[in-house]
Amino acid sequence: MPILTVRNVNKRFGGLKALNEVNLEVEEGTVHAIIGPNGAGKSTLLNCFVGRLEPDTDTVDFDGTSLLGIKPHEINQVGVSRVFQTPEIFGDLSLVENVMIPALAKRDGAFKLNGWSAMNGETELRQKSMEMLGDLGLADQAEQQASQLSRGDKRRLELAMCLIQDPKLLLLDEPTAGMARADTNNTIDLLKEIAKRGITMVVIEHDMHVVFSLADKISVLAQGTVIAEDLPEKIKGNPKVQEAYLGGAHL
Amino acid sequence: MLTQTSKKGDLLLLLGFVLAVAFGPIILQPFGAGYPDLLQKFAIFGIFAIGFNILFGLTGYLSFGHAAFLGVGPYTAVWSFKLLTMNVVPAIIFAVVVSGVFALLIGFVSLRRSGIYFSILTLAFAQMSYNLAYSVLTPITNGETGLQLRQHDPRVIDTMFGINYGAELPSTTLFGIPMSGWSGYYFCGVVLIIMFYISMRIFRSPFGMMLRAVKSNQNRMNYTGLNTRPYTLAAFVISGMYADLAGGLMAVTDPLAGAERMQWTASGEVVLMTILGGTGTLLGPVIGAGAIKYFENIFSAFNEGTLLQIFSFLPEGLQHAAVSVAALFVGEGWHLTLGALFMIIVIFLPGGLMEGVNRIMRLFTKSGSGGSSPQATAQPAE
Ligand SMILES: Nc1ncnc2c1ncn2[C@@H]1O[C@H](COP(=O)(O)OP(=O)(O)OP(=O)(O)O)[C@@H](O)[C@H]1O
Ligand SMILES: [Mg+2]
Repeated sequence: MPILTVRNVNKRFGGLKALNEVNLEVEEGTVHAIIGPNGAGKSTLLNCFVGRLEPDTDTVDFDGTSLLGIKPHEINQVGVSRVFQTPEIFGDLSLVENVMIPALAKRDGAFKLNGWSAMNGETELRQKSMEMLGDLGLADQAEQQASQLSRGDKRRLELAMCLIQDPKLLLLDEPTAGMARADTNNTIDLLKEIAKRGITMVVIEHDMHVVFSLADKISVLAQGTVIAEDLPEKIKGNPKVQEAYLGGAHL
Repeated sequence: MLTQTSKKGDLLLLLGFVLAVAFGPIILQPFGAGYPDLLQKFAIFGIFAIGFNILFGLTGYLSFGHAAFLGVGPYTAVWSFKLLTMNVVPAIIFAVVVSGVFALLIGFVSLRRSGIYFSILTLAFAQMSYNLAYSVLTPITNGETGLQLRQHDPRVIDTMFGINYGAELPSTTLFGIPMSGWSGYYFCGVVLIIMFYISMRIFRSPFGMMLRAVKSNQNRMNYTGLNTRPYTLAAFVISGMYADLAGGLMAVTDPLAGAERMQWTASGEVVLMTILGGTGTLLGPVIGAGAIKYFENIFSAFNEGTLLQIFSFLPEGLQHAAVSVAALFVGEGWHLTLGALFMIIVIFLPGGLMEGVNRIMRLFTKSGSGGSSPQATAQPAE
C-alpha cells in the first residue's frame, strides 16, 4: 500500500513549469530514490510535500491525510521529517540542543508553555539525544556550537534531528552532498539501518553509488516530468534516462 | 552556549543577586547612589530590561514599542488606588493583567511580521497608544495633566475597612507599610529578585530553549513540528507584563500617571539598556539599566555652575571654552554622552558589559580550566 501518493502535481514559477503533472507512489517501508539532472525539479517536489511550497493542483496524500494546505509543523507532526539540500540547523545552539529540540517537539507537540521546568531535568531526553549523536559519529562535538561544523557534519546533524523523531516518512535532499567518501559510506550504512527499521524514505541523490546501494525503486525526473519509474537494475538500461543525463552518457 | 548550566552556578548567581539588592544602599554609597529614589529606579528599570530581554535576547524580535506597556502600568495602578485601595498589591496585579491582554493584542498583530517590519509595527502601536492617551482616552488618562490621586476618590475597599486618610492626600501602602523611602526601595527590590528568578527559570527551561531556537532558525523549527507563533507571542506577552509591572511600580512610589512614559524615546532606552548590559544574558539587562540610570543621574545633574567649578584650575579664557564644550555632554545634553558611551561599548564589547565582566573573570581564572563552554557568543560569524 502506498504511504505517499502524489497525483498530478504542477508547480509554476512565473513562466517556468518546474513540475508538470508529476505522479508518484511511495510504498510503505521502501526507499524511493528520485534522480535527475540539475534543475529537474527534485527539490521543488519535496517542497510540495512539506508545505514549503503550495503546488498548483491535485493530490499529495500521506498515510490517509492530505498534505495540501496544512502548515509545515503540522506536516511534521503527522510523521514527515526532512533533510534539506542546504542544511537547516540551529546554528547558535549546541549539537545536543539541536537534537533535543526535535525530540521535545515529538514528545510535547507543536507548542508547550513549560517555562518553569528545567532543561537540566530532561536527563532521559538528553541521553537519547547523545546516543543519536553517537550513532552519527558526532558525540565528541555534542557541546559545540552547531554553526562551527563542516558542511558534511551539519548534514549528519540534520539527519540526527530527523531520526530522533522516529518519522514515518523521511525525505532526504542529497543527504551525502559535501561529505567525504568515508562519511558517505557511513551514511549509506546508516540509511540502510534506518530502512530496516521500516522507515519509508524518499531520497534525492546525484551520487549513483548511494542511489543504487539504497533504492528499492527509482523515479527519474527531467524538466519537471517523471520520465521513468522502475526498479534500479532496470533504470540503468532505460534509453530515455540515458538521454536525459547529458544526451546518453552512461550512469 | 548555555546548555550545561550547573544548578550550583545558578544558585550562586541568585544568592549574589539577592545580596546585591539587600546591600545595594551600602555598596553604592561611595558612588553617590546610595539613596532610595535612585536605587528604586535601578530596580524598576532592571525589571523592565529583564522582561525586554526575554523577548529580544531570546527570540531576537526587537520591539520598539515596549514603552506602551511601561506607560499603561501607571494608569492601571493609579486607577486601582483611586477606586479600590491604596494598597499596592491589587494595583500591581491589575497592572500586569491589563497589560497582559494589551500585549496579547499588539503581539498578535505585530508578530505577523518579523525583522524590521515587526519593529516598525510595535513602534507604530506605541505611538498610537501615546496619542490616544492624549486624545480619545482623556476620560481615562486625564490627558496632559496626567492621572492623579484626589482626596475624595472613592477607594471602596479602604472605606470598607474603615481606613480614612483624613484631609491629606493618601499615600501608597503595603498592608499598612508606607511605600516611600527605604521601604519603597526594598519592595521594588524584592519584586526585582522575584522577576530575575522567573527570568532565570525561563532561560533554563525547554520553553527558553525554543525561544532561542526561534532566533536561530525559524524554518527549521517549523519543519521540526514546532509552531513558532505561539512561542513568540508568549515571549511577547511575558515581556509586556514585565514592562507593565515596572510601570506599576513607578506608580507605587509616585502615584501619578502620564503619557510621556509611552514615548518612543522610552522604548529606545530599554533597547540601549539591554544591548549595553549584554543581550541574551541573564544579568546584563539589569546592569545595563543600572548603568544608564546611574549616568543619567550624574550627568544630567551637572549644570554650568558645577562645570565652572570643575574647570576652575584653567585660565579664564580656557575655562569658558572647556565649559561650553563640556556643557554639550551634560545636563539636557547627557544623551550625547550616552550615545558616545553606547558606541564605544558596542564597538569594543559587542557582547555588552557582561562580556567585559566575563573577560575580566577569565583573566582571573586564567587559561580557562573550567571554561567548558565555547565562548563564541559575541564573536562575529566566521
Ligand atoms: N522558489 C523558486 N522560485 C523560482 N524558481 C524556482 C524556485 N525554486 C526552484 N526554482 C526553479 O525550478 C527549477 C527546479 O528547481 P529545483 O531546485 O527543484 O531543481 P533540482 O532538481 O532540485 O536541482 P538540483 O539537483 O540542482 O538541486 C529550477 O529551474 C529552479 O531555478
Ligand atoms: Mg535540489
